[in-house]
Amino acid sequence: MEALTLFEKLWRRHEVIPAEGGRPAVLYVDLHLIHEVTSPQAFAMLDARGIPVARPERTLATIDHSTPTGAPDLDGERPWANPATRAQVETLLANCRRHGIAVHGWDSPHRGIVHVMAPELGHTLPGMTIVCGDSHTSTHGAFGALAFGIGSTEVAHVLATQCLLKRKPRTLAVHVEGRLAPGVTAKDLALHVIGVVGVDGGTGHVIEFRGSAIRALSMEGRMTLCNLSIEMGAPAGLVAPDATTIEWLRGRPAAPVGEDFETAARDWLSLASDPGCRYDREVHIDAGAVRPSVTWGTDPGKVVPIDGRIPVEAGATAAKALAYMGFAPGAAIAGQPVDVVFIGSCTNARLPDLRDAAAVLRGHRIHPRVRMLVVPGSEAVKRAAEAEGLDAVFRAAGAEWREPGCSMCIGMNGDIARPGELVVSTSNRNFEGRQGPGVRTVLASPATAAASALAGAIAAAPSPAEEAA
Amino acid sequence: MEPIRRIESRSVALPIANIDTDQIIPARFLTTTTREGLGRHAFHDWRWLPDGSPNPEFALNRPEHAGASILVAGHNFGCGSSREHAPWALVDAGIRCVISTAIADIFRNNALKNGLVAIVVSARVHASLLERAGERLAIDLTHERIEREDGSAIPFAIDPFARDCLLAGVDELGWLIARRPQIEAFEERRAWNA
Repeated sequence: MEALTLFEKLWRRHEVIPAEGGRPAVLYVDLHLIHEVTSPQAFAMLDARGIPVARPERTLATIDHSTPTGAPDLDGERPWANPATRAQVETLLANCRRHGIAVHGWDSPHRGIVHVMAPELGHTLPGMTIVCGDSHTSTHGAFGALAFGIGSTEVAHVLATQCLLKRKPRTLAVHVEGRLAPGVTAKDLALHVIGVVGVDGGTGHVIEFRGSAIRALSMEGRMTLCNLSIEMGAPAGLVAPDATTIEWLRGRPAAPVGEDFETAARDWLSLASDPGCRYDREVHIDAGAVRPSVTWGTDPGKVVPIDGRIPVEAGATAAKALAYMGFAPGAAIAGQPVDVVFIGSCTNARLPDLRDAAAVLRGHRIHPRVRMLVVPGSEAVKRAAEAEGLDAVFRAAGAEWREPGCSMCIGMNGDIARPGELVVSTSNRNFEGRQGPGVRTVLASPATAAASALAGAIAAAPSPAEEAA
Repeated sequence: MEPIRRIESRSVALPIANIDTDQIIPARFLTTTTREGLGRHAFHDWRWLPDGSPNPEFALNRPEHAGASILVAGHNFGCGSSREHAPWALVDAGIRCVISTAIADIFRNNALKNGLVAIVVSARVHASLLERAGERLAIDLTHERIEREDGSAIPFAIDPFARDCLLAGVDELGWLIARRPQIEAFEERRAWNA
């Protein structure tokens, strides 16, 4: 029997028309997620041709990118950044009503960042193809679904036909063997892997993360890792479904129930790559060598261990990054003064992420210079965190506990820092200006971000051994 | 869409690696519901100083590059987000072709759907194009070659289906819609996995 990769199995299940001559394959999309920023132009393309949405029941909408994270006032008025953001949200809601698409708007108890809420509800299932007009759609690959970001024209293609023209990507296996040291999180692993593979190393590939350290990750950890696949240039990341996947999905509202779930689960387990399958490329990572890590430059591949030094790199690109960040080559990254700390985003705003940050903050106050925003990934995360009293921990420490959304990861909703400020952020991109014009971003895990808020400078979280002492 | 067969322009170099979509168009300009008028935001924070005046240091602002439509950019151009606003902004700003040693997957897909010809060349060719930045180039899409000022030509390859669409001035949606019977047959015969 032919030994197939997880990716190959997913691809074959969804190929409507194989590639022929110079034409790409036609690939079927099981779940199309939409939000307010990249969908309005797509709906306009359909309107221009007078065509309906082919499969509204396979389309799911939420509002997240331009939504305010400040609480509404007594009249229910929300603190919109500007009229355009509000118009964008209203356009999405109107398009969904008009086309019969389910939407988690302000009145939904499940509203949240699209890559947090869809898995939470069990819409994201192993074996699916999932697309969204958002590059961090790679997140859903944590479940063994082929999931990738698309542009707005392709959003129109999927709305109109439930299909995409797609060239088959190559495969890159990232084997992570061994055990992560205590206090080293999935975010640290992801940053380390980006540092090794490079921000262009995954271009043209689907990454399959595999090995004992990946199997040991929680679903939230796998989502963090797959989320960051795109930061290596790979539009999709994958982890094979296993018992962890199945137990996480059992009982989710949109997941199958009863015997149907058991049948589906047997199928999901069969998706794992076959022994002896071939990948186009392979990379090996020693989990035990991964340290808590942060970025020092203006792309996510410029990574250094938290106790490391900013490297001395040649070339115009590194010089530009250092000039923007205001860092000196050879200086220690720890101890650099911090102005803002952001805990949130589709990378790190799930319940375990908030627990990690709260564990560091409990019983302490953040540095007086620091503004700290904690933005849960969804209404469900917010409720669960409040039920555990995490909101009280954040507030007591001096942090702001805000409404769910993308917030300061992309800054479209007005949650930005001031020019020149340094933000330690649990998000995914440290690009120039990503968190506001002239703002400098250092990517980190929730624990590192929280420790940096306390210190008022980039700082490592206490190791579990220190905490026990 | 207008068919695209040939693009002629002086080249302009932006030899920085990993130019991401937030540099091509910052997120604060994505609060629109249309595709039009994004050109003034292309490379916004590199192109304009905080007071709104043009940054004289930025290549596209130099008088000798006025009207240039062929960009020779550093490795891994267009990395980052899936925002199609990036090619919309570049095209609206007059850029019709980007040449690099690597172009991010989603950006390249989006570019080719919007008449922005995205070409990947070898490091050797790239270095030579950078060395002679400002030379007059012609992108011949029909024969897939870059014609240089000195009369030499560099072959390139782009996605054949995208190329056919660009040459014919048609988009892919019409083709996909015409495949509805096959798509519906697929939906019928498929054992749903959930």
